[in-house]
Amino acid sequence: MNILIPWTVKPKILVKSEEGTNLTYGCFPEKRPIQNYLHNGIINLDKPPGPTSHEVVAWVKRILKIERAGHGGTLEA
Amino acid sequence: MRILLTTGKEYVCVMRLHTSIQEKKIRKTVDEFIGEIYQRPPLRSSVKRVLRKRKIYYIKNLELKDNYILFRVGCQAGTYIRKLCFDIGEVIGSGAHMVELRRTQAGPFKEDDSLVTLYDVNYAYSLWEEKEDESYIRKIVQPVENAFQLTPKIFVRDSAVDALCHGAGLALPGVLKLHSRIKPQNIVGIFTQKEELIALARSMMSSEQMMKEDHGIAAKIERVIMPIGTYPRLWRKKQKEV
Repeated sequence: MNILIPWTVKPKILVKSEEGTNLTYGCFPEKRPIQNYLHNGIINLDKPPGPTSHEVVAWVKRILKIERAGHGGTLEA
Repeated sequence: MRILLTTGKEYVCVMRLHTSIQEKKIRKTVDEFIGEIYQRPPLRSSVKRVLRKRKIYYIKNLELKDNYILFRVGCQAGTYIRKLCFDIGEVIGSGAHMVELRRTQAGPFKEDDSLVTLYDVNYAYSLWEEKEDESYIRKIVQPVENAFQLTPKIFVRDSAVDALCHGAGLALPGVLKLHSRIKPQNIVGIFTQKEELIALARSMMSSEQMMKEDHGIAAKIERVIMPIGTYPRLWRKKQKEV
């Protein structure tokens, strides 16, 4: 049987048109000013068993002193 | 964030058979669960308990000791591993249950260098706060764009960005580059040439059509991520009525 595993699929990049980008606006994600970087950031966190995802999100908020944070899914066996 | 809920997952799991079974039979039965399976969510679950189809991409690195089975399973979002273990036990005939489970991948996020602990986060933050060294926290926290490594992408002209931030549909003249394999109604990421995420959108055509056509809406915006005004407003404002 042939099943496609999503994370092994490598799409091709098709070029429709070429154009430069103006460095006056926007910012490469890696080079964002740190405040901005943290507010638009993601942490791949190794959650310890025990505390719930919500509790861990609350801890991360407190550590990073940020108001908005969420998580991307609970482990429901 | 919702996108992570809908992407494939990988787990490492330990299950236990209720009686001892021949290794050959175990391996053969487990292999039968690779591919498309039917599954009814368990009694205690957060979704409606109707029979549903899920894909098991692989079950590998199977190890047996006593009545315990250790394996790695790659599967579609919404597969209940507890149920998978139970069902394997039913087919083998011994009955079985899940003993331990760890998620090792969710979409693009794996158990690799990017996986950090709460201690790492705490340490990185204090390094930044006390020593003003932001290099470590930049390693711990990743740009939001990394969540979309498996999402098909469309790259647009600078001049199209602000209109998209206002929720306008993505018209083909604004498209510069795109990923292959996009089909109509897919969720796609709209990116600037600096690879910043502008918005998530629903494609209105396939990759082939986007390459061939010159006019029309390539994708409709579902959720804007970039703040308005990040790029200059180059589209014409409607004349205000006096």
